[in-house]
Amino acid sequence: METLTIGKALNTGLRRALEDDPKVLIMGEDVGKLGGVFRITDGLQKDFGEDRVIDTPLAESGIIGTAIGLALRGYRPVCEIQFDGFVYPAYDQIVSQVAKFHYRSQGKVRLPIVIRIPFGGGIGAVEHHSESPEAYFAHTAGLKVVSCASPNDAYWMIQQSIASDDPIIFLEPKRRYWEKGQVDVDGAPEPLHSSRVIRPGSHATVAAYGPMVRTALDAATAVAEDGRELEVIDLRSLSPLDLDPVFESVRRTGRLVVVHEAPSNVGLGAEIAARVTEQCFYSLEAPVLRVTGFNVPYPAARAEEEYLPDLDRVLDAVDRSMGW
Amino acid sequence: MASGHPRASGDAQHDRAGAEPHGPNDFVQLLDPDGERVEHPDYSVDFTDDEYRELYHDLVVVRKLDAEATALQRQGELGIWASLLGQEAAQVGSGRALRPQDMAFPTYREHGVLYCRGIDPIMPLSLFRGVDQGAWDSVAYKFNMYTIVIGAQTLHATGYAMGIALDGRIGGGNGSGNGDEAVIAYFGDGASSQGDVNEAFVFASVFHAPIVFFCQNNQYAISEPLDRQTRVPLYRRAAGFGFPGVRVDGNDVLASYAVTRSALDSARHGQGPTLIEAYTYRMGAHTTSDDPTRYRIASEVESWQAKDPILRMRRFLDKQGIAGEDYFAEVDAEAAREAVHLRERVLSMPDPDPLSIFDHVYPNGSPLVDRERAQYAEYLASFAGEAH
Repeated sequence: METLTIGKALNTGLRRALEDDPKVLIMGEDVGKLGGVFRITDGLQKDFGEDRVIDTPLAESGIIGTAIGLALRGYRPVCEIQFDGFVYPAYDQIVSQVAKFHYRSQGKVRLPIVIRIPFGGGIGAVEHHSESPEAYFAHTAGLKVVSCASPNDAYWMIQQSIASDDPIIFLEPKRRYWEKGQVDVDGAPEPLHSSRVIRPGSHATVAAYGPMVRTALDAATAVAEDGRELEVIDLRSLSPLDLDPVFESVRRTGRLVVVHEAPSNVGLGAEIAARVTEQCFYSLEAPVLRVTGFNVPYPAARAEEEYLPDLDRVLDAVDRSMGW
Repeated sequence: MASGHPRASGDAQHDRAGAEPHGPNDFVQLLDPDGERVEHPDYSVDFTDDEYRELYHDLVVVRKLDAEATALQRQGELGIWASLLGQEAAQVGSGRALRPQDMAFPTYREHGVLYCRGIDPIMPLSLFRGVDQGAWDSVAYKFNMYTIVIGAQTLHATGYAMGIALDGRIGGGNGSGNGDEAVIAYFGDGASSQGDVNEAFVFASVFHAPIVFFCQNNQYAISEPLDRQTRVPLYRRAAGFGFPGVRVDGNDVLASYAVTRSALDSARHGQGPTLIEAYTYRMGAHTTSDDPTRYRIASEVESWQAKDPILRMRRFLDKQGIAGEDYFAEVDAEAAREAVHLRERVLSMPDPDPLSIFDHVYPNGSPLVDRERAQYAEYLASFAGEAH
C-alpha cells in the first residue's frame, strides 16, 4: 500500500504502462519537459525519452489524428488533451475516426488509443477549462468512457485503459488531483468497466462519478449524523454503464439520486433514470432525481459554486426523495 | 477576381492559383498531350517496353471499371459512385510508384491506386452499394480504408509515417536500408483548406516524417473552383511548412510516376516530407449525385479532353512503335471482360445479415450492444412464420 494523490497515482500508472509495453507512447501539449500543465506526466520524458513522451504541436485534431496513424502502425498512444474545453477541435477525429475504424474495418483494425482529459470545474479557471463533455463521447458508439475518482482507481484504471484494445476516453477529475488515498500497487484491480458500491446504506442510493464521488461521500457522512444511511455508487465506467449494482441497490432503497457536474439535459443522469425506471419500476418509492450543473454555459469562476452540485444540493435532493 | 493584396515573391504568372501551367517551368511533364516525350532536368523514367504497355493497360482498365461503376449506379445497383474519370494518370502513376512496403492513405476516389495495390476492384463497389463500409485488409494491402471526411486521412498518414521513423525504418536505420518505408497521403484541392491537412503538414514537418502528400488538384471541390480554396498554386504552400513542393502534370502518367517515386524515396531516405500537386481535371461529376453543368461550361471540359491521360499514352506507344492497334484492341477487350465480371459480382452481392450491424463495434465487446443484439434478434424472430 502506498499513499498517493490522484495526480501522482496517474503518473505512477503511466510510468508502469511505459515500462510494461515499449509500444506505449504519451503524446500531447507540454507533456514533456513541463510534465503537463497538471504535472501528470512529470518526469516521464526524462526517463523514457522524447520518442516515447512526445511534445506535440499545439493542435488537438493533429494529436488524435496522428495517434490513429501511430496505432495503425502498432503503437498504443496515450493522448493528453490539456483541458476539457480544448477537446472539441479533435472531436471529428475522435467521433468519426477513432470510434469507427474497428467497425468500418469489420474488426480488422484496432485502435488502442487512450484520450486523457482533465475535466470538470471547481478550480477557479477561465472559460473552457471547467467543462464536462462526457455525454458527447458516451453517446458515440465505438468509444468507451471511464472516469476515476480515487487514487487507487486512477492508478489501475489508467493502466487497464492503456492495455485495452478499445478506444477509451479517460476523464480525470482535475479538481481532485491533489486528494490523497491508499493505492494497492500489488493488488488485483476491479474490472475496468464496472461500477462499485463504495459506501453501503439502506435509505437512498446516490450514484456519481469523477469529481462528484467525493461530494456524494461527503453527503453520506453528513446525513449519517441524522441516522440516514446513503448507499454511494461510483459509476467509474460511463460507457458502457454498469448499472446492475445500481439496480440491485435501488431495489433495496427504492430511491436514487444521480449527481454529475454536466448539465441535466440529455446527460448521463437522464440515461440512468430511464434505465432504472425500466428495470426497477415496482421498487421505486420516488422518481429518480438528478443533481447536476445547470443548463447554461459554464459560468465565470466567481459564480461557479452556484453552478456546481455541492453537498447541500445533494442533501436537498435526498430530502425530496425521502419525502416523496 | 481582382486582387489588391501583395503577392509573394516570384513570377506573377506562376503565383496565380488558377493560371494554367504550360511548360517545364510550370510543372513537371515527361509526356505531352500529343504523346511526345519531354525531357526534364530533374525527373526521368526508364521503363521497358513491357512496363510502358502495362501502364497503358492499367489506365484503360481503371477507366473502364470506373465507367462500369457509373453505369451500375445509373441502373440503381450502387447508391452513389465517385468517378475518377480524368484522374487515371495521377492515380496509376503514383500508385505504381509505391514500393511494396509503402503505405497509402486514400480518400474515397482512389480506385486507380487501389487497383495498383492489387486490391479486388469489387471492394469499393461494395462500399458504394452499401453492403459494407469498404473493409479490405488495409494492413495486408498497405492501403488504408477509404476516408470520406475530407482531409482526415492526412493526419492518419502522418502518424503512420511518424511510427515508421520511430521504428527506425528510414534512412538505412534498419541496416542496409532495404525495406525502408514511406507513406503517401492522397487528398484534393478542396481538402487543402481543411485544418486537418494543414495540421498534418505541421506534424509531418516538425517530426520530419517520411511522407508524401499527394494532392490531386482536379480543379473542383464539388462545385467550387480552385480560386475559392487558394490564391497561390497549391504546391507552393509546402514552402511555408518547411518542405519541398512540386507540381506535376497529373494527366501524364510518366511524370506522375517519376515525381512520386522520387519523393517517396526521398522520404524513405530520411529527407522528410514532400507535397506533390498533381495538376489534373475531374472530367466527370463529383459523384453521381452531382450535376456539373450547373457550375462549369462545356468548352472547359472540352479543353481538358484534349489533354486526356490515356490518349497521350496511346499516341506515345504508337509513335514509338511500342504498341499498335492489335495491342490496344486486346487491352480494350480485356478491360471489357473485367467490367462484365465486376458487374456480375456486384449484382450477386448479398445484402448484409440484419444482425451483423451489431458486429465489431468494439474489439472487447459491450454489454449494451450485446443486449440490443439479443433483443433485436428476438424481435425479428417474433415475425417468423408470418406471411410477407
